[in-house]
Amino acid sequence: MTTQQTIRKFILENFYVSDPSEVADDTLLVSTGLVDSTGMLEVIAFLEEEFDIRIADHETTPENLESVERMAAFVARKQQGGLGATG
Amino acid sequence: MCGIAGIVSLRDGSPPPGLDELQAMTGALRHRGPDEFGIYRDARAGLGHARLSIIDLATGQQPLSNEDGTLWIAFNGEIFNYLELREELVALGHRFRTRSDTEVIVHAFEAWGEAAFARFNGQFAVALWDAARERLVLARDRLGVRPLYLCEHAGRLWFASEVRALFAGAPDLPRALDPVGLAETFTFWTVVPPQSVFAGVTELEPGHVRTVTRQGTTDRAFWEPSYPAGEGGFRGPLDEAVERVRAALEQAVRLRMLRADVPVGSYLSGGLDSSLVAALGRRVKGDRFCTYSIRFEDAEYDETAFQRAVAVRIESDHREIVVRRADIAEAFPDVVAHAERPLLRTAPAPLFLLSRLVRDSGIKVVLTGEGADEMFAGYDLFREGKVRRFWGRQPASALRPRLLERLYPYLARSPVAQRAMAREFFGKGREQPGVPGFAHQTRWQSAAALQRLFTPGLRAATRSVDVVARLLGDLPPAFGAWAPLSQDQYLEVRTLLSGYLLSSQGDRMLMAHSVEGRFPFLDADVVELANALPPSYKLRVLDEKHALKRAAEGLVPPQIVRRPKQPYRAPDALSFVGPDAPGWAAELMSPDGVARVGVFEPRAVERLWRKCQASAGGEQFSNADNMAVVGVLSTGLLHERLVRRAPERGGRLELTTLVDRLGERPGLANAVQERHAT
Repeated sequence: MTTQQTIRKFILENFYVSDPSEVADDTLLVSTGLVDSTGMLEVIAFLEEEFDIRIADHETTPENLESVERMAAFVARKQQGGLGATG
Repeated sequence: MCGIAGIVSLRDGSPPPGLDELQAMTGALRHRGPDEFGIYRDARAGLGHARLSIIDLATGQQPLSNEDGTLWIAFNGEIFNYLELREELVALGHRFRTRSDTEVIVHAFEAWGEAAFARFNGQFAVALWDAARERLVLARDRLGVRPLYLCEHAGRLWFASEVRALFAGAPDLPRALDPVGLAETFTFWTVVPPQSVFAGVTELEPGHVRTVTRQGTTDRAFWEPSYPAGEGGFRGPLDEAVERVRAALEQAVRLRMLRADVPVGSYLSGGLDSSLVAALGRRVKGDRFCTYSIRFEDAEYDETAFQRAVAVRIESDHREIVVRRADIAEAFPDVVAHAERPLLRTAPAPLFLLSRLVRDSGIKVVLTGEGADEMFAGYDLFREGKVRRFWGRQPASALRPRLLERLYPYLARSPVAQRAMAREFFGKGREQPGVPGFAHQTRWQSAAALQRLFTPGLRAATRSVDVVARLLGDLPPAFGAWAPLSQDQYLEVRTLLSGYLLSSQGDRMLMAHSVEGRFPFLDADVVELANALPPSYKLRVLDEKHALKRAAEGLVPPQIVRRPKQPYRAPDALSFVGPDAPGWAAELMSPDGVARVGVFEPRAVERLWRKCQASAGGEQFSNADNMAVVGVLSTGLLHERLVRRAPERGGRLELTTLVDRLGERPGLANAVQERHAT
């Protein structure tokens, strides 16, 4: 499974989406109301655990985390760039 | 307080209302009025009444009529200015047989027609049957304190204080949840009248009067909330506004304390509103004034220290209940059955338990602080709307959204994740801060996102109506000319106040144990004054309820005025998980349980439930998860109790009033009226 697929699976599971076609990889998760502020902490905890990365406070921006595809790109950058990457 | 019910034939040839049907309907409302029961019927119409005796205990039985027996009434509520109206009517030549406010309504309607309802300062749902003209008139108070539901079935109009009475009267009426009603619930947290959650059932809108004749049906608003446009409204200085608010509230409390022939107590949450109401009530009552509070075992929700500080200060006879998660779970099935709608919060449950405490202590009537947040701008939503509009005037500003942290201090303390995401969330749509519903969009959207749990079939059925567009397409013509805060207040009143706070958290939880609530902040004069105040007197920069706080100074302990507003909440999903969780919850969340209800997708609920079970170790759930769990469970309970289960048709009622004019020609004066002593 690709990073993007793994993340997508988590989002569908954790936010109990019944119709997967309603969440595209570029769907904005927070501004559509699917993920609230506590939900975003769940996302961050998942990403850190699943991909063995540490996400700094200043990295938790909509640009990095607002959609499945942004998260996947962010994780890829983290994994390539190591500690210095900020996305 | 009471329950009312009735049946009117809509076409010739329909059978007359059956006494058994009227008895079944009235009996289904026994909890609203256990003291006395009465029925009227003729060939075309029937009225039923279950009475909770509060005013004119000796002769206030219903249904009652005018002098010549042509106009009959079933009435649930109170008209607090009935003595003043009675004087006016006596001067006009009307003669009274009783000391009740009910009879005042009859004569007021004779004198002024539909214009009478706007003269009532009260809380009421009323049915008037004009037998001579074969005309039914239904009316409901300005803000919807008292409920009234209707349906048409088998050529007749059925109406009642609660849906259960409709179902009891007409057991062959198809019972089903309504897709649009569910979509509204999972958007606004409530249906918005006339929409209900049951197919074919409607709710009379607050402030409306409906007239049903052989020629047809008309609905008309006799009142609706109105706010100053442009230069209108209260123009005096703030100090004068504060004085007038205090005087209006004192008068509102006095009326609600004295217009009762039984003792009146008060709820006391520990917040500003109920503390102020209780303090004013105590002044009217003198000693032995009873106050009632909910304490929570979970410290997060508990306000004991504030409640006791007020009780000590006003020297009330104070009673408390301590609510645990298990108590909420245990009460919840009955709570939903009484609320008669899905709930996204468990907050009604403690109020259900509190009204039982009131009833057990021998009190029938309580004051509450409900309505203050809507009238005087107490909610975070109003502050949030103000900040977002301020930001929207310079959408690119990086500085302006920092005010969100003033609003939600946890944001400043929380990981930047939440801060950045909060900006994303609250910033949505800020380029158009002038559109109607701007402040509410964030909340509505969060709740509507839960519709992803709906089955594909239900989702398809809900697509026929965009509930937000429908609400925003039905605003008063002047709406756009009101100040932004006034617009937000209007929408809050129209949705959450009437549909949820006064109903699910109000009337239904109180009446479940035959207790009447009285709401000084919804007094007609208080409302008119509050609405006329400049927005800056209510929400001063970001200080909520500013004028009201000033009015409360010296009446309640200073720490009550100073304390930040604490929204009333109860443990939600946490009540239904963990080792003490009730078995029915797991059953309702199971694929079979979910499929039986037909509203939610079993696989999606399975995911939700698994997630909750996994984190049941005591950690907090997100707001969305809380609403989802409570929403799924309450919808399941509602389906079980009101849709699937055959309506209860209790045994024979002991009627104190039976007026049976079947066989007489309508309009004749020689009513045969029996009154049985009980």
